[in-house]
Amino acid sequence: MKRIGVFVCHCGSNIANTVHCEKVAQVAKDFPGVVLSTDYKYMCSEPGQVMIQEAIREHNLDGYVVAACSPRMHEPTFRKCAARAGMNPYMVEQVNIREQCSWVHANKEKGTEKSIDLLRMGVAKVVKNEPLYSTTIPVTKRSLVIGGGIAGIQAALDIANAGYPVTLLDREHTIGGRMAQVDKTFPTLDCSACILTPKMVEAAQHPNIELMTYAEVEAVDGFVGNFDVTIRKKARYVDFDQCTGCGACTEKCPKKVPSEFEMELGMRKAIYTPFPQAVPNKPIIDAKHCRYLLDGKCGICKKVCPTGAVDYEQKDELIVERFGAIVVATGFEQFDISAYEEYGAGKIPDVITGLHLERLMNASGPTAGKIKRPSDGKVPEKIVFVKCVGSRDEAKGRPYCSKACCMYVAKHATLLKEKMPNSKSYIFYMDVRTPGKNYEEFYARTQNEYDAQYIRGRVSKIFQVGDKLIVRGEDSLLGRPVEIEADLVVLAAGMDPRGDAKDLARTLGISYDQHGWFTEAHPKLQPVETHTAGIYLAGACQGPKDIPDSVAQASAAAVKAAGLLSKPELTSEAMTALCDEAICSGCGLCQSICPYKSIEIKSINERYHGQMRQRRVSNVNQGLCQGCGACTVACPSGAMNLKGFTNDQILAEVDALCQR
Amino acid sequence: MKYGLYPGCSLNGTGIEYGLSTKAVAQKLGIDFVEIPDWNCCGASSAHNRDHLLSVALPARNLALAEQHGLDQIAVPCAACYQRMKAAEVALRDEPTRREVGEVIEMKVEGKSRTRALVEVFTNDLDAEFLSSVVVRPLSGLKVASYYGCLLVKPAQVAIDSPENPMIMDKLMAALGATPVEWSYKTECCGGSLAITRPEASLGMTANVLKYAKLAGADCIVTPCPLCTSNLDMRQKAAEGLLGMELGLPIYYFTELMGVALGLEMSQLGLTKHFVEATSLLKNTPAAQ
Ligand SMILES: Cc1cc2nc3c(=O)[nH]c(=O)nc-3n(C[C@H](O)[C@H](O)[C@H](O)COP(=O)(O)OP(=O)(O)OC[C@H]3O[C@@H](n4cnc5c(N)ncnc54)[C@H](O)[C@@H]3O)c2cc1C
Ligand code: SF4
Ligand code: SF4
Ligand code: SF4
Ligand code: SF4
Repeated sequence: MKRIGVFVCHCGSNIANTVHCEKVAQVAKDFPGVVLSTDYKYMCSEPGQVMIQEAIREHNLDGYVVAACSPRMHEPTFRKCAARAGMNPYMVEQVNIREQCSWVHANKEKGTEKSIDLLRMGVAKVVKNEPLYSTTIPVTKRSLVIGGGIAGIQAALDIANAGYPVTLLDREHTIGGRMAQVDKTFPTLDCSACILTPKMVEAAQHPNIELMTYAEVEAVDGFVGNFDVTIRKKARYVDFDQCTGCGACTEKCPKKVPSEFEMELGMRKAIYTPFPQAVPNKPIIDAKHCRYLLDGKCGICKKVCPTGAVDYEQKDELIVERFGAIVVATGFEQFDISAYEEYGAGKIPDVITGLHLERLMNASGPTAGKIKRPSDGKVPEKIVFVKCVGSRDEAKGRPYCSKACCMYVAKHATLLKEKMPNSKSYIFYMDVRTPGKNYEEFYARTQNEYDAQYIRGRVSKIFQVGDKLIVRGEDSLLGRPVEIEADLVVLAAGMDPRGDAKDLARTLGISYDQHGWFTEAHPKLQPVETHTAGIYLAGACQGPKDIPDSVAQASAAAVKAAGLLSKPELTSEAMTALCDEAICSGCGLCQSICPYKSIEIKSINERYHGQMRQRRVSNVNQGLCQGCGACTVACPSGAMNLKGFTNDQILAEVDALCQR
Repeated sequence: MKYGLYPGCSLNGTGIEYGLSTKAVAQKLGIDFVEIPDWNCCGASSAHNRDHLLSVALPARNLALAEQHGLDQIAVPCAACYQRMKAAEVALRDEPTRREVGEVIEMKVEGKSRTRALVEVFTNDLDAEFLSSVVVRPLSGLKVASYYGCLLVKPAQVAIDSPENPMIMDKLMAALGATPVEWSYKTECCGGSLAITRPEASLGMTANVLKYAKLAGADCIVTPCPLCTSNLDMRQKAAEGLLGMELGLPIYYFTELMGVALGLEMSQLGLTKHFVEATSLLKNTPAAQ
């Protein structure tokens, strides 16, 4: 029989008020295996730990149980305490008589009884504990950042500056993300490009950063410290080693296509760079529109290219690379306003979104910064903004607030007044949300100095009569309907997760919420980690965010990634699942249930009645397994066991509970 | 194609043109309508304001009768009847409700028959090619504002099309050779249910529908609803007075326009029974001349 020690903690009065701790320790003396049982005021304190360590040596203990707070608080403390006394740390069990007993009960007699029961179970379990050992795995000292918006750029720069190589991957042809489309930024109104492009260039030129644009993540294997990522480098049809970015091809290309970057308010060519400051600043051919690639006619760009860089034969390329950490920064999409048929959205050309207005305001945009209506190019005088479109609207499946739109609408109203002093902005709102540094002050200025008229209420209908847009809504402060004849309507469309965010989440093995925003490991205390070790989140892919929030989270994610990469090696989880091959039937149920893809079915050779035969059994990758235990419950033959929580140990606890 | 037909009270009364044209068009298209024997009032306009059980039980009896006679699909021309019948069909999907209603009407009702708005039957159920092949007098040049009213598209459980921008009738009009106009009052309330109790409030709403159809450049309005039609047609003079503008917009049932395009006689379709003179506009279409 193993020699077990029992230590009952008072936690000051936290436990002792509701539990007779001395009595519990007294009763435990008679439990099978117990050679020492005692109580103390604070077991986690230095004297408490010294007491435990002395007892281990003096009584030659094989294991011990501490009855105290939740293992979430102090399990590491008591494990380390054992290790210091030369005991395997997994020979310790912690029984929770605080959160699960004293704090939730009032009757001291019953509390004592329950503590005794819990302790009896703990002792029955620890008798069956076996020493466990964690192994170490090497770390690939390189990071992948998926998504090159402001969040991805910032994360890449911070990791690179910490001294680790980074691959910054974006599926678009340039980095910059949405911020590149924005004209000026609240609350300081500095020009977006002026603060973004230096960062884009810095990322491109940083010796530790490899830029990989026009590329997508296809598959992710491996685990923390060593992810094997399959990347598709899409064919650009331009050899970047030869291209000088002279632009002759773009100028001569006869095929015009509505520009995605300009929100289709302007045109681009089939061979193009999306905007003048794009990084990398070399053109690619859009295969969906190029005349040559579609039907073999044209070929002009190849003819005019002075360096012979155009290559119609280029193909997609698949590469596999290994990274130690991954930062996901794939951002957001603007909500598709055509769901609001009552606003004529998507049908009436002069009902536009915030991003459209950004492009109309931008000096290098399709109208060279002059505000012109998309329908007839007329300069609008009365402009109506509608907030919370595709946000805070259960009927559209978007109950959440998109966070940046209150502020960008205030910004738009301010800038419009500056550009066009005779114009007037009307802003329909439900609430004005300005929780950021200098945000409320900015909003107040929009009203007081820039003459924006805020109307509290929803808009019910927008329609066109002649060249006017009739906006009908309610002023809920005055309690009456309002109607405004506007020249231009801007819907503050909310933020949506990327359309394929869920696919990416599945590829990476990270979780997402009901809308498709990636889920952090803890909403308050682990806001940049995911549930998958080694994968971190930055920016709007985790939920609506403005630029300051995105950048802050990106730096936080970078610290986490760099912290991981700085470790010489990683200790793997010791409490992992283990398959008993002798009784495993190879059914594969465990494989399908494992959320971390750590189980494979392998073939083994064995001797059976004197003959060799092959049999399929389950095999747990000890590096990947997170010890969640799902497979042990799924296994119909009881072959799968979680070390530290074996079926045997759990049954021993149940037995102990029934012995009362 | 065989359907049960629930005519409701208006098809022989205020909406007699609707009744006449429905039957004539169905015959021309080879659609077999079997009037539900011994049908009763659907309860529209009053029952659901009084008593919920009554509002389900009344149409449920019609559904039960249809079931008894093996009519799986019931075509309902009147939009108000449609909404009540469909609402009952939805309510009867709930087993306890079905039992309770069965006791009240003293009939077995399983909820097997599907309620269909007539406009659906004449569009979705017909092959588009077939329809264009039977059009002999295309309504070319006729600018039509399709007015759906509220009953066919709200609430979501009974809606036959988008509640904000339905297109089903617009597409039908295009198939008949007419030009549907874009406008935004397609589903705005015409004030029909206040026409008797608060006529002054109702008239303003009716007038707005007419005004925006006119501003959108329509020659006429087409509807699938006897309530809307009588409101827009009968009270158009009063609306003109209120707006201080001349409207002159004939209000057609979609079945009347179908009939004309299929080459049927105007009088046979009831086109002579309108308040706003309705035949000359159609006589002047290029195809008619
Ligand atoms: C109209 C408008 C005005 C705004 N104005 C302001 C303002 O004035 N001030 C402010 O603070 N904020 C403003 N914002 C908010 C700001 O745009 C966001 O906070 C910011 O863009 C978030 O950055 P991000 O890097 O997280 O995401 P994004 O900018 O969306 O960048 C994500 C990047 O990831 C790439 N990507 C996506 N999916 C994949 C994939 N599967 N694989 C590889 N790459 C992928 C995309 O191509 C993109 O480059 C505004 C937003 C809008 C809509
Ligand atoms: S080959 Fe394609 S990309 Fe080149 S010029 Fe012609 S259309 Fe433009
Ligand atoms: S012409 Fe040739 S070198 Fe110049 S930008 Fe185009 S591909 Fe590059
Ligand atoms: S930030 Fe403002 S406009 Fe945007 S969803 Fe929230 S409350 Fe609405
Ligand atoms: S314990 Fe969880 S993570 Fe480990 S193999 Fe089983 S199911 Fe997978």
